[in-house]
Parts: sequence; C-alpha cells; structure tokens
Amino acid sequence: MRLLKKGNRIIMGNKEALLQMFETIRYNVIDGVAWVYLNRPDKLNAFTRQMNREIKDAVKRASFDDEVRCIVITGEGRAFCSGQDLSEVDENMDHGQVLREYYGPMIKQIRNCEKPIIAAVNGVAAGAGFSLALACDFRLVFEKASFINAFIHVGLIPDSGNLYFLSQLVGLAKAAELAILGEKILADDAVAMGLATRKIPMDTWNEDVAEFAARLAAMPTKAIGIIKRSLKATSSLSFDDYLEQEAQGQRLAGLTNDHREGVAAFMEKRKPVYSGQ
Amino acid sequence: MSGLEYIESSVVDNLAVIELNRPRQLNSLNRKMVSEIVEAMEEYDRDNHVRVIVLTGKGRAFSAGADIDEMTNDNPISLELLNQFADWDRLALIKKPIIGAVNGFVFGGGFELALCCDLLITAGGTEFAFPEVGLGVMPGAGGTQRLTKLVGRTKALEWLWTGERISAEMALAHGIINKIVVPELLMEETMKFAAKLAKQPPLSLRLIKDSVNKAVDYPLYEGMQYERKNFYLLFGSEDQKEGMNAFIEKRKPDYHGK
Repeated sequence: MRLLKKGNRIIMGNKEALLQMFETIRYNVIDGVAWVYLNRPDKLNAFTRQMNREIKDAVKRASFDDEVRCIVITGEGRAFCSGQDLSEVDENMDHGQVLREYYGPMIKQIRNCEKPIIAAVNGVAAGAGFSLALACDFRLVFEKASFINAFIHVGLIPDSGNLYFLSQLVGLAKAAELAILGEKILADDAVAMGLATRKIPMDTWNEDVAEFAARLAAMPTKAIGIIKRSLKATSSLSFDDYLEQEAQGQRLAGLTNDHREGVAAFMEKRKPVYSGQ
Repeated sequence: MSGLEYIESSVVDNLAVIELNRPRQLNSLNRKMVSEIVEAMEEYDRDNHVRVIVLTGKGRAFSAGADIDEMTNDNPISLELLNQFADWDRLALIKKPIIGAVNGFVFGGGFELALCCDLLITAGGTEFAFPEVGLGVMPGAGGTQRLTKLVGRTKALEWLWTGERISAEMALAHGIINKIVVPELLMEETMKFAAKLAKQPPLSLRLIKDSVNKAVDYPLYEGMQYERKNFYLLFGSEDQKEGMNAFIEKRKPDYHGK
C-alpha cells in the first residue's frame, strides 16, 4: 500500500482521506492488519474523551473494513496507556456519566468486534489503560512493560470492564488482590498468571508483534469471530443453550470458504490459504 | 403474486414467505406496504397449500418504523377518514401461524408489525424500540396494547415513555420473542422451525391460535367455554382420527388439514 506523507498525517489513497479526522491516535491498515497507535506520547498516551471516541471509531472502522483481518492496539513512545488524563478531571465530574458516555462505548466496541484484537503493550498500562488491554483478545507484553490497577491509589474502583475481564482471566481471588493492593505487575508475572499471551524482548519487539498480527490476519477470520462469540456466550448461557449456539456457530463456520479450503489443503497435503471468507 | 411494490412474497413447499422490500429505507413502513402485507397474508390464509406464513425484512433491519414523511401533514380528521389502521385489524384475523423472523432494528411501526406475528425468531443483536414518544406522538397500531399484554404495565410504560431500545436478550427474558439465533442463520433457523410447525395438524394449530387469542382478551370463564367448543370441534376432523389411530398403531401420523 502506498503511503503519502502530508505533514504529520498519513494518507493512504483517496478513500482513506478521512483518516485525517484522528488526532489522538494514528490508524493505518497494512497487509490486512489495522494498526491503532495511541498517539499522545508526551502524556504517556493518557485517555482524553476525544481519544476514547477515536479508539472506538477506529475499531468500528476496522470491523467494517473487509480488508482488515486483525487489529493491533499499541502506544506511541514509552507507555502503552497511563489511563485517564487527570487534567480532564475536576471536582464536578460525574464519573459514572463519563464511563457511560466515553469509556463504556469504547470498550463495548472492542468487545463486540469479531476480528482478533491484539494489545501490544509496549510500556506501562495503568488504570483504564490496563482495562483497554484486558478488553483485547491477546496481550503481547514488552519485556519492560508493566500493568498496574492504579484506581485504588486515588480511591476509585477499576472501571471500563476491568474487573469483569480480570476475574475471568485470573480468577476472583487474584483479581481482588490486583484491584485492592494495586501493585505493579511485571511482564514475567503477567505471563505466569495468565494475564499476558507472551513476553517479547526489546530486540525483537517490532518484528514479533508484526509477525503475530500477520499470523492472525492469515487465519480463518470468520471462524475466529465465531470463537469469540462463543466464548462470550459461555458466561451468559446455560449449558444446553450454549450447545445450541455452538451448533449454529459450527453450521456457520461449515459454510465458509475457509473451511472448504482447510479441508482441501489437508486432503492435498498442502498449506491452506485462507481468505477470511 | 404480482404488482407488488414494497414487498416480495413466495411459497416454498408449504411455507409462505413475505419479505419487506425497502432495504435502503430500512424497510420503513408506508401505507401501501402495510396493505400489500395484509393482502398477501389473506391470500396465503386462503391458500390450501400454505401451512405457515413467515414474515421478514430484506437487508439489515426488519423495519426501522413508519414512514414519517407520509404523516407529517396529517390531522385528526384526515386520519379518521383515511382509517389506515383498519388494515392492521385484518392482520389480527389471519388464522394460520405467522412467524416473524426479525433482525437489526425493529422500531415503532416495525415493532408493532412484529407484535402482530404469533412467534418471533430473532437474530442476535436485534434491537426493539418504540421511539414515537420522541416525535411527540405515540404508537397507533397496537403498540401500547400488544406490548402491555405481553410484558405487563410496568415494563410497557417504561419502554413506551423512554423510547429506549430493548435488546434481544431483554426481549427474550420478557417473553416478547421466542428465541435468538445466530444472525447469519436467521432465515435457515426460521424456515426449519416453520417446517416443523407445518408438520403439525393444521386444524389444531388454527384452533389453538384462535383459543389462545381469546385467552388474551376474554375473562377466564368465557375463555374456558370457548376453548371447549374448539376442542369438541376438532373431533369432527379427519386429522383427529388419524392422530389418535397413529398413536394406537405406534406409527407416525400423516395430517391433511381436514
């Protein structure tokens, strides 16, 4: 894909001219991977309301773009995301309303996305930045990165779905420990407790993240979407209802070109080439 | 069926399918569309080959509501003289089972149309709402009546007053819909269900619908008397003999709707 640099904005062809609308993030699509860079490095990529909205819009755009088969969310500079920008907080703020209007819609957009989403945690992920990483399907963690559920240190509770995701990932007891004590979690510990998919060393960070994303982008995208749907259903459906949903999901997967390709490749003893359809 | 402007209809085996066909307008309902739906329903109701009627919408929404442009300049007298809701009354008189297969948005008049169906099968992610209040009006084709009878006064008032969207899960929990299916399989699952229903004895389905509808409106005693008459009536059918004989002879019954 041809990249035209125009000032500090990147424009890809005419139809992508709209990309200029993002100011707090950078968004581009390369070889089936949508890259979402949180782009306020001097503020450690802290959330502003505008950034909440732009992340939501970017994920929505990637969801509808047939070219996109994998999404990576990562941070510019040395942090992944340091959580809410405290300069936007004042005494009159209704915290609940901010969640309903900004963080909630952003997290929902991520959770409802049927394409695989990677959080490439390049540095500290604190507060709602931690929550953002938790909402993704995979967390690739830079060796020097860390998570911290910092909310308790300012007398607040983990938000943006944090405890919902966290308790599913590490269990209630560990989630309580992380939420109440608010201690920093280093990359190795994150991997050990099942919070992270993989730790990646400094030298190979860029290549390894790109390779992981490319691998996902070459997989049967529809089946991944149905797996994500099914996993979500496990927490809300009874077992019998789940089995019915599973049957419908498998019916759907069975109708995809990628299923046919997978079977054909197996029979012909070759590597499958999946189109995502 | 020919000369249809806003719907498409077809019969596959013994199942009739009526599709709202204004996908670009999210199947917004205009008066002509409603009368086409009613006429198609009535024709299928009389057609001996049809056992079940399926109602659905083309595109990404079942129906986002009534065509607002059509009514902005109406006044009470023009509405009284037009008597457009008479068409809706005819929908309630259809005797065969009507299954609604709904997806996307089911709003306003679209929600009222869905509530005219006997059963509703819903794509995951579908949302229902009565947004009329936001336009300074209210539902006029049965919304306040049918929703209230389904879910009770408390939730009905909440939803009608706020105009807030009702998720498919919430609709299921309150008995508005029968089931939620994977969106891509909405029609496949609906047709499977319709085919299952089409194997049941048609006269039983017909008189069950008739009696259940009375249960909604009648006091219990009158309803019981009414049910009894329908029960007796079925003993005059060939299907009753066939059903009971098949049971005794331990074989599968073959019903003809007679």
